[in-house]
Amino acid sequence: MNSANGSFTKRALVIGGGIAGIQAALDIADGGYEVILVERSPSIGGHMVQYAEVFPTLDCPQCILTPKMVEISQHPNVRLMTYAEVQAVSGSAGNFEVRILQKARRVDHAKCNGCGTCWQKCPQKVQSEYNAGMATRTAVYVPFPQAVPAKPVIDCDNCRYIHYQRFVAEKRPGKKPMECRICEKLCPVGAIDWEEKDRIVTERVGAIVLATGFDLMPIERIPEYAADPDVVNGIQFERLLSPGGPTAGVVKRPSDGRIPKEVVFISCCGSRDPEHGVPYCSRVCCMYLAKQALLYKHAVPDGQAYVFYIDTRSTGKGYEEFMQRVVTEGVLYLRGKVSKVSRDGDRLVVSGADTLSGKQVEIAADMVVLGMAIQPANGIKALLTRLGVAADDYGFVTESHHKFQPLETSVDGVYVAGAAQGPRDIPDSVAQGSGAAGKVLVLFSQGSREAVAAK
Amino acid sequence: MRIELSSRKLRSEFVRKVVEISGQDLMLCYQCGKCSAGCPMGSAMDILPNQVLRLVQLGLEEDLAQTKTVWLCASCLTCTARCPKGVDLSRVMEAIRVLTLRKNRNYVEPSRMPPDAIADLPQIALVSGFRKLTS
Amino acid sequence: MDLAYYPGCTLKTRARNFEQSALAALAALGVNLVEMPRWNCCGTVYSLAEDDLVHHIAPVRNLALVKQAGQGKVVTLCAFCYNTLHRANLVMRDSPEKRTAITSFMDDVPAYAGEVQVAHLLQVLRDDIGWDKITARVRKPLKDVKIAAYYGCTLLRPQSAAIDSVERPTVLQDLVRALGGTAVDFPFATECCGAFQVVNNRDIVNERAKMIIGSAVRNGAGALAVSCPLCEYNLRQAQATLGQGNSGFTGLPLVYFTQLMALAFGLDPATCGFDQNSPQTQTWLRQQGLVS
Repeated sequence: MNSANGSFTKRALVIGGGIAGIQAALDIADGGYEVILVERSPSIGGHMVQYAEVFPTLDCPQCILTPKMVEISQHPNVRLMTYAEVQAVSGSAGNFEVRILQKARRVDHAKCNGCGTCWQKCPQKVQSEYNAGMATRTAVYVPFPQAVPAKPVIDCDNCRYIHYQRFVAEKRPGKKPMECRICEKLCPVGAIDWEEKDRIVTERVGAIVLATGFDLMPIERIPEYAADPDVVNGIQFERLLSPGGPTAGVVKRPSDGRIPKEVVFISCCGSRDPEHGVPYCSRVCCMYLAKQALLYKHAVPDGQAYVFYIDTRSTGKGYEEFMQRVVTEGVLYLRGKVSKVSRDGDRLVVSGADTLSGKQVEIAADMVVLGMAIQPANGIKALLTRLGVAADDYGFVTESHHKFQPLETSVDGVYVAGAAQGPRDIPDSVAQGSGAAGKVLVLFSQGSREAVAAK
Repeated sequence: MRIELSSRKLRSEFVRKVVEISGQDLMLCYQCGKCSAGCPMGSAMDILPNQVLRLVQLGLEEDLAQTKTVWLCASCLTCTARCPKGVDLSRVMEAIRVLTLRKNRNYVEPSRMPPDAIADLPQIALVSGFRKLTS
Repeated sequence: MDLAYYPGCTLKTRARNFEQSALAALAALGVNLVEMPRWNCCGTVYSLAEDDLVHHIAPVRNLALVKQAGQGKVVTLCAFCYNTLHRANLVMRDSPEKRTAITSFMDDVPAYAGEVQVAHLLQVLRDDIGWDKITARVRKPLKDVKIAAYYGCTLLRPQSAAIDSVERPTVLQDLVRALGGTAVDFPFATECCGAFQVVNNRDIVNERAKMIIGSAVRNGAGALAVSCPLCEYNLRQAQATLGQGNSGFTGLPLVYFTQLMALAFGLDPATCGFDQNSPQTQTWLRQQGLVS
């Protein structure tokens, strides 16, 4: 059962540690095969762990996802490589050779016991990626409390001691930065390893699952919505709503910490906008904006939420019922787009329209939440090119057949799951993760492939 | 009163001419209302800009003729600049105005304007006003 | 540097102050605006009807004359003229059928296909002269003067004619800062004043003026820098109406950006034609010590 050049490796590579990747990895691992799960950030979990509550059930996402994250870390068939990136892939189905860059954490995870002393004492503050800029983290950090692995990495672009080292080594002019090293001094087990280097790990795998997920279109793409601290995107608002977030779930607006009493949510920011954004619908915003409006009402009972919409797309199981609940629980839905958001003193003036009543409307809002378009994950285009995987004009992976091969890509043996293929909610992403795992298990049970030149 | 729609109305000469003179595909508009949301003259209008386009989409020439909105348009192009579908609504407004003006019907009667008003107005206002609002 | 210059009608009549201050300020920079001979009115507005080619003749004829004079670029001050000339120019450049039809109506000028570049003075200041050179010429920086930059519509819309970012322009603020002043941003900087609606509907124009001026005032502006004679007229006459009686409306001085340049360059205020600005503006200029 060998391919033309004599080998078929029944080991899988999953690229991306969000929910689709996690599910794919668990299913392949449960199917009896070794899986390498590569995630470029320090922890798996993807965007789902950033949310406050998920629609329509209003479950706590950290609560329902962490068991799967723990399972990944403990599964005998899963080799978890976080803080690592796939650099190159060659070969073909059954016989890929993969080069993975394991970035230097500079913290020896074999010694580290996750006590937290280092990140509690680190003096350097950096914008927190997990908190979407709504809070800071330290240079040595674990991105969030439920991170897997729950052990820190050192962000070498922002570490004071590494700056010092580079300053000395490169003989830079000017004032010498502090030779900090507080983490090293305080670590009870001596886990800090300044000498650790990035290293390349080469692996043979038989199948690859692309589960690289999504990011939100930057707010700057819609310049008529003010560049303002109180104009935030959906993920930022989730952090403000989240009980584990920077404001402990008390909705405080970024500019002055006041609790907003009038919050405007704007749908279709960049989506359905061929002129200034993307022509497609981002699928999940109607639902998550409705959810956020409802959670805001729960957090601020005397507050008023307004949602500007063009249509309400609520097609999943329980979604329409949820949408109707939101509409009847005091959230005002206005049909029309907002032309402009501008700062006026301590309020934001929202100039919109309600086409149903035929009126121009103006709202003096305390905060504005934008439903920005869903895009493929930042920086993924280069990876797809290196893999030879076809993508559409927007960077989403092109499936082999729209109806009947939604998980296959232009490269045999490389499958796609989740938002990497298009905007997708959680149930569908998880289902696709299982689906892609199924494809991998089929390939492995077939056990052979003619060597096919990668397209 | 119930509006009667028919293929005859949807494909009327009026609709055809608005499309031709504006050069716009009216069906691109999905009535999101962003034009109306940002229209500086909206507070003086009887129907909103998106509603003007909607009436043309439905071929309702007579209903549209009862309204003043197209004559209050300042051609500021804010609608055009922000329309997500790339519809140049300012051209649609002009097309509708022009269909009336070319029948030698003025919206503004220069002869009935008070002479001191005319004297006070700079020619940039008079010429542009008369270009847009008179035949 | 010599630049071909199209003045347009208003700058010769009701907005002589705009032209005078521009000529003086540019001369101080070593830039000579050479008025093109035999120019005609541009028509004020650009015709938006696809089948109306007749109204493109007026602007195009001017551009053909610029080409005939051997010039590759023509500069305008009036924002309305700028927009009309620029958009008519694009028609001649991009639409062969329309070009043929329009050309057939003009037999007193040579064939023209959009070869000339139409520029507004703000573009020339930013791109050809540069802020550093302008700052170097400043003798009386506009210190402690807070100026809100008001663009109106025609410099920024449509995108094809925009001299800067449609939603977030900075060129006028950059000029204010180059002249030593404090630029005030306000949300109505690119909002329409009502334009030609003033002919028939002063109420709506007054309402717009109230919002524009009110917003600038709330954001700390001491004066409004303008670049369009129609905006200047609309806002000026609205403020006169709004300020009547006990309304409590105070309004703002309205100054052309070229007048600000002339003042900052320390030129004789007589070059600015301030008698054509509003009385309120003249009072403010004296209070600020910008004129004695």
